[in-house]
Amino acid sequence: MALELKQSEFEIERDKNKCISCEVCVRQCSNDVHEYDSDQDTLYSDNSKCVGCRRCETLCPTGALKIRNREDQFKTNYNWTSSHLSNIYRQADSGGVLLTGMGSDRAHTVYWDHILFNAAQVTNPSIDPLREPMEIRTFIGRKPERLDFEINRNKDSKESLKDTNIKLKTKVPPQLDLSTPIMFSAMSYGSVSLNVCKSLAAAASEFGTYYNTGEGGLHKDLYGYAKNTIVQVASGRYGVDVDYLNKGAAVEIKIGQGAKPGIGGHLPGEKVTGDISNTRMIPEGTDAISPAPHHDIYSIEDLAQLIYALKEATNWLKPVGVKVSAVHNIAPIASGIVRAGADFVTIDGLRGGTGAAPQIIRDNVGIPIELAIASVDERLREEGIRYRSSIIAAGSIRSSADVIKAIALGADAVYIGTAALVAIGCHLCQKCYTGKCNWGIATQDPYLTKRLNPEIGTRKLLNLLRGWSLEIKEMLGGAGINAIESLKSNREHLRGINLNDRELAVLGIKHAGEAW
Amino acid sequence: MRERHGDCKMKKIYIQEEYCIGCRLCEIYCQVKHSKSKKIIKAFKEEMIDILPRVLVEEIGYNSFAIQCRHCSDAPCVEACISGAMQKNKNTGVVTCDEDKCVGCWSCIMVCPYGVIRRNLSGKKIASKCDLCIDEEIPVCVQNCPNEALKFMDKDAKEKNPVGTKTGRKNEK
Ligand code: SF4
Ligand code: SF4
Ligand code: SF4
Ligand code: SF4
Repeated sequence: MALELKQSEFEIERDKNKCISCEVCVRQCSNDVHEYDSDQDTLYSDNSKCVGCRRCETLCPTGALKIRNREDQFKTNYNWTSSHLSNIYRQADSGGVLLTGMGSDRAHTVYWDHILFNAAQVTNPSIDPLREPMEIRTFIGRKPERLDFEINRNKDSKESLKDTNIKLKTKVPPQLDLSTPIMFSAMSYGSVSLNVCKSLAAAASEFGTYYNTGEGGLHKDLYGYAKNTIVQVASGRYGVDVDYLNKGAAVEIKIGQGAKPGIGGHLPGEKVTGDISNTRMIPEGTDAISPAPHHDIYSIEDLAQLIYALKEATNWLKPVGVKVSAVHNIAPIASGIVRAGADFVTIDGLRGGTGAAPQIIRDNVGIPIELAIASVDERLREEGIRYRSSIIAAGSIRSSADVIKAIALGADAVYIGTAALVAIGCHLCQKCYTGKCNWGIATQDPYLTKRLNPEIGTRKLLNLLRGWSLEIKEMLGGAGINAIESLKSNREHLRGINLNDRELAVLGIKHAGEAW
Repeated sequence: MRERHGDCKMKKIYIQEEYCIGCRLCEIYCQVKHSKSKKIIKAFKEEMIDILPRVLVEEIGYNSFAIQCRHCSDAPCVEACISGAMQKNKNTGVVTCDEDKCVGCWSCIMVCPYGVIRRNLSGKKIASKCDLCIDEEIPVCVQNCPNEALKFMDKDAKEKNPVGTKTGRKNEK
């Protein structure tokens, strides 16, 4: 066999003075990197198999292990980077499309890091969220264009207001009620383990927010969390029937995903076993192929048909939304989706995560979420239809600051996927597509899935939601705002830094230092 | 030091085998706890020969669980002990082996239904078993289990919060 030219990305250092040959690392690595030699009472490691997930380093009881990135893999070259060379070597061996997992790791501009949030000084007072009421509750769904009231005034009464009976006449369309503007994005049972789904579902229901099934159907163990479930309908329609639709609190039609716009999905037959085949409602061992397009949607009119079919199927009781990836013409596309009757539009940006995607697509297709939200919000306002749909931003929301900036740019709420997985152990090794996730997340191997105890997972996710919500309240209070509603699309609270005029114009914000 | 209770209120170690990842960190920390120095690197590099883990991780395929002495209420090892070394403390309910009295006849090993007593042959032959880390708030195996597969609680708490969460939900029947 010809020599493979790809070089190890990582170098494993084991401090012999600390290693006690306990073999924890051997047992924890699903990539068989470490090996114990009993004759020599020594451990050996095969650098070339390591994916850099740091599982062994984290569990080693003596801190004997260090996983280091090999920066000197190849001679330094700013044009032909190590990743270009490695990819070419890998492809010269495989002849195939290079797969990867999680969101893009390329150095695309992260606009969040070029946007600064405001605070109140002198002219308007700031608010202490621990002592004064602070509302971050958010509703997702179509809002009425205007409100009509029925006012019955008791004519004889002198105290006019007291004896007035006011009733809301307008029928408010169904809404999702979020205790914090953060939800868990679509991650299917199949792409992640059932223990991950359980953790997400339990945390969402405990905190009063929502998680999303992704395109994998709804496992029966999750039925108890139905009130906090957004059920997805994607191009493969796996696991979709009228019961599934009615189990969820909302329905999301998935057209695209930020990590792979225009690309379908493929769960190989070997992975479609027992529970997964039941949940997806397909025979065991068959490939679960999600086509790139929905084969019944070739226009906004077709999309409208599906939206109304789903509303009909759920008795008009649930919001029906549409998820698209952020692409170049996202503003008119979103406008079309809103006009097609969607109650919410989810936009997933360039840096959004995935369980498996062609690397070339993930890193090169789509636009950053910050620009997409700003332009969609702007366009919907111009057209006077912003009230008809909520906007959910997704695609690499890394902190509460990103959440607050997304909302100030025009989103109603955000979806977090990667951040949620990181909270339960993901180390972003990007090997999700191999099914060997050492953290027990992106895998169905029973030896690995039990590494995530859903009790711990739920606790960690709840803590994350709690921490971010507190920080959001702090930031709102600092800016003198007492309700998240007042921040929506309030771009006066944002300033750009190190951005050019075009970028500022698209984001609709002033540069730092510019005042009104 | 934790409170001492009669047997029914006694806190014991329970295992959630579906979350045991077979890392054996429980065994390792048990060994450290019962070493002279109590320092992990020193214990393993210099005292290793003397210390046996008193918790045992059993593995078949991908199933694994850690088992240690159940501190049975009608402990057969206490009955079987010919020298009076194996005793069940009336206050704490903890079954311990007095190493000075133990004569290494292995009668206890023959009768233990869980197979959790091991032969310590490093010096004078003695029976080695879990002492529930009586001087610790929480036994070290429980403290150091990275996936909370081991829980230390009394029977009431166990029934209230049944071991073996199937849904990740608290207090679900
Ligand atoms: S886990 Fe750490 S101490 Fe144990 S064998 Fe591996 S490197 Fe050595
Ligand atoms: S793949 Fe992960 S567990 Fe295995 S050696 Fe590398 S960092 Fe450690
Ligand atoms: S989910 Fe698992 S495989 Fe995927 S990046 Fe995270 S740790 Fe790696
Ligand atoms: S430390 Fe916990 S997870 Fe590891 S082997 Fe022991 S009981 Fe199992």
